[in-house]
Amino acid sequence: MAGAVNLLVQSHPINSALSLIAVMASLAVEYLLLGAEFLMATQVIVYAGAIMVLFVITIMLLNAGKEERTRGSRVALLFGVPGVLAGALLIGWTIVVHSNTAAVPIGALKGDPHGIAQLLFHDFLLPFEVTSVLILIAIMGAVVLASRPEAVVRGARKDAE
Amino acid sequence: MTPQNLSPLLCTIPLLPLAGAAINGFFGRRASKKAISTVALVFCGAAFAMALFIAANFSSAAAPYSYEFAHWLRSGAFSVDFSFYLDQLSLVMLLVVTGVGFLIHIYSVGYMWDDDGYYRFMAYLNLFMFFMLTLVLAANYLVMFIGWEGVGLASYLLIGFWFTKDSAAAAGKKAFIVNRIGDFGFLIALFLMIQHFGSLDFTRVFAAVQPMPWEAHAGVLTAIGLLLMVGAAGKSAQIPLYVWLPDAMEGPTPVSALIHAATMVTAGVYMVARSSGIFDRAPMAMLVVAIIGTLTALFAATIGIAQTDIKKVLAYSTISQLGYMFMACGVGAFSAGIFHLMTHAFFKGLLFLAAGSVIHGVGGEQDMRKMGGLRLYMPWTFLTMSVATFAIAGFPPLAGFFSKDEILWKAYSSPSGSWVFWLIGVITAFITSFYMFRLWFMTFFGDYRGAAAHETHDAKHVANPVSHGHGDDHGLPHESPWVMLGPLFVLALLSVVGGWIGIGGRFEHFLAPVFENVGLMQPPAEVAAKGTETLLTLISVAAAVLGLLLAWGLYFKRPLLPAKIAEGLGGLYRAVAGKYYVDEIYSAVFIEPVIEGSTTILWHGIDQGVIDAAVNESAHAAREVSDATRHMQSGNLRSYAGWVAAGGAVVIAYMVWMGIR
Amino acid sequence: MVPLSYYLVLSGILFACGVLGFLIKRNIITIFMSIELMLNGVNLSFVAFAAQWHALSGQVFVFFVMVVAAAEATVGLAIIIAVYRTRETLNVDRVNLLKL
Repeated sequence: MAGAVNLLVQSHPINSALSLIAVMASLAVEYLLLGAEFLMATQVIVYAGAIMVLFVITIMLLNAGKEERTRGSRVALLFGVPGVLAGALLIGWTIVVHSNTAAVPIGALKGDPHGIAQLLFHDFLLPFEVTSVLILIAIMGAVVLASRPEAVVRGARKDAE
Repeated sequence: MTPQNLSPLLCTIPLLPLAGAAINGFFGRRASKKAISTVALVFCGAAFAMALFIAANFSSAAAPYSYEFAHWLRSGAFSVDFSFYLDQLSLVMLLVVTGVGFLIHIYSVGYMWDDDGYYRFMAYLNLFMFFMLTLVLAANYLVMFIGWEGVGLASYLLIGFWFTKDSAAAAGKKAFIVNRIGDFGFLIALFLMIQHFGSLDFTRVFAAVQPMPWEAHAGVLTAIGLLLMVGAAGKSAQIPLYVWLPDAMEGPTPVSALIHAATMVTAGVYMVARSSGIFDRAPMAMLVVAIIGTLTALFAATIGIAQTDIKKVLAYSTISQLGYMFMACGVGAFSAGIFHLMTHAFFKGLLFLAAGSVIHGVGGEQDMRKMGGLRLYMPWTFLTMSVATFAIAGFPPLAGFFSKDEILWKAYSSPSGSWVFWLIGVITAFITSFYMFRLWFMTFFGDYRGAAAHETHDAKHVANPVSHGHGDDHGLPHESPWVMLGPLFVLALLSVVGGWIGIGGRFEHFLAPVFENVGLMQPPAEVAAKGTETLLTLISVAAAVLGLLLAWGLYFKRPLLPAKIAEGLGGLYRAVAGKYYVDEIYSAVFIEPVIEGSTTILWHGIDQGVIDAAVNESAHAAREVSDATRHMQSGNLRSYAGWVAAGGAVVIAYMVWMGIR
Repeated sequence: MVPLSYYLVLSGILFACGVLGFLIKRNIITIFMSIELMLNGVNLSFVAFAAQWHALSGQVFVFFVMVVAAAEATVGLAIIIAVYRTRETLNVDRVNLLKL
């Protein structure tokens, strides 16, 4: 929570990135408490390890500095922020007051890789394959988008020879 | 040729001139004048020949003939078809229309030869013949209405024939619009007929009227009769819808002769005579007809004595004579009215054609004050026009005497008539004689006053090259070519002998089967002594002679006297010369307010204020709305996100609320 | 024994922080990070419910969410780099060429 709030408060993006890493790490611990060991590992490796590294690389690549004050949208501040706060409060109130959930014991669930793999490769096989295609597309898209225009042409010309 | 075979021929009569009109109309532009004339004359002549053929084979016993040409309307119990009908009344009208029409076609060949729109003129003439014949041969009121409207159209086209002239175009418009007002009355009468009789066929309507009682008070039949009279007043130029006829003189003279003397304006009389069964049962309507006719006769005659344009005198004379015909119909003497219609066609047609010849001869001048002494230059025209003048004044043994005398006698003696009608009729006869002989003396006697017009004539000729039909000789007045004189002679002959058909009541006897149901319900006419009739005849002849003497005295013996009298009378003379300012009154009372109302209310108010404004304002509103909403498309990512978040919050709240309920 | 509602409230708070960050921040990369934060919050609630109902498919779904988040982050950052090249700015308020 502290990390999340800090993300909002910080003005330099690198600081925001670091606080996000902190959030993810704490989330990993939460998963462990809930008995999802595989997910904890995945969270640390994929999220904190790969995605956040990607973010940090981009920030450093583009030399992002402190945010400047520009005239933003009044609408966002006028409608959006109160809306979000109201929504969140409403959800919180609903959960706390009206839900009838029992307590969750620590580590109750068997979140072992074997069980997840069982599900993944039997029941959820199709989504699994589709997401792999999705990753492929994302890679190609990123390559195309981020390349310099001349690089593409040079590459094409090199292929033609 | 059995009588039954005549029926199919009926439909060919109107269609022949229609074919001529179509050919001349479509192909005449590039055809030679000879070809155009041939087509027009052949088709019109064929119609006339067909009419003669039918007349020769006509058998009173087999009349009426009817022939259904095609189906038309069928709606529930009401049906009306394109049917033609021939009985004695239609036969008389048919012969008059085709005969006089054919003569005028021949005359037009000479009169309009040099005009640029020659093919148009002949096409319109044939078209007019088609519509008039449809009107006369119709078997039901609706087909008659087609002809009725059609002749109005032809009249508009022909009056405004020289449409580049503003006054001619305006006159055509005026004729059509005033006719239309009359047609409105006619239409309402048709609707009433459909409502009460369920049909518009002559035979069925009159059969339905037969058993109906005599309407002592106003009822359906009176309403129908009055409305029909409104239509007739519009078409036949009676009070109050006569104002178009003097203006119609803007058209070429053959048009004035054909349409506004011999045939079209008589359509109203024909229609009233055809509807005699209805009028007979509605004495109030008949009285109105008689009053209108009599008043119009007197009124128009008084205007005629102060006119200086030769055609205008004849126009007012036509209105006056039509008044006589309506007076006859109004007192129940329908056959007398038709008799006068026939003779009037002869001598009025002749008068107009001869006037055209005069105008042609003096090079386009129509003002009588600038004519004079023309009997030396145009002897044949003088001869024929004199015959017509004596005929219209009612001198025996010419045609006008017989028919006019018949009307006056019936006006006096008929059960629906009264001595008041007779007296006004005699006075009008006197005035008619006076102004006709005034015209005669001013035009043909004395010294030729047109010398001064010669200088202006050339200028006028150059400025207005289509104002008269010839383009060659200038200089002294000259006689007209034989193609124009021929019809004059034929009509003169008819004006002489045309009345003899009425001697001994032969004409009335011939038409009797048509009017056999008239007057059945009234007390029989008192058989007045023969002496009374002779006395009345002598009085009417005396009136005619008096008119001649007065005109001789004023316009021959002492030509300067009329001007002094006019000055002496001052305002009265000016009122008469100004046609009693009726046109001005109509303009102020009816036309100006309508134009004013149209401009302010309809144009500015509704058209611009409501309709245009609605369209403009809706476009404006669309603009405003889009102007307001386009701020949402700011391109700013955060505002989009803000909207999404706000909307999401609303949805969450709704779902929570639903969940809690 | 932690009541489930605590986990859910925390998830909600994380999500709300993510949305707020999306609305408030001006740097596009920071905005992206807020998106990741939102996804994480959702993941937490999935795992919490999976633990309560003893259903492993909840965790499998989290797995898929992570995969998608990875792909999306990749492409998104590539777009940011491309936009930076043309507009020379990371300020989202400046990238408003879609304005009417």
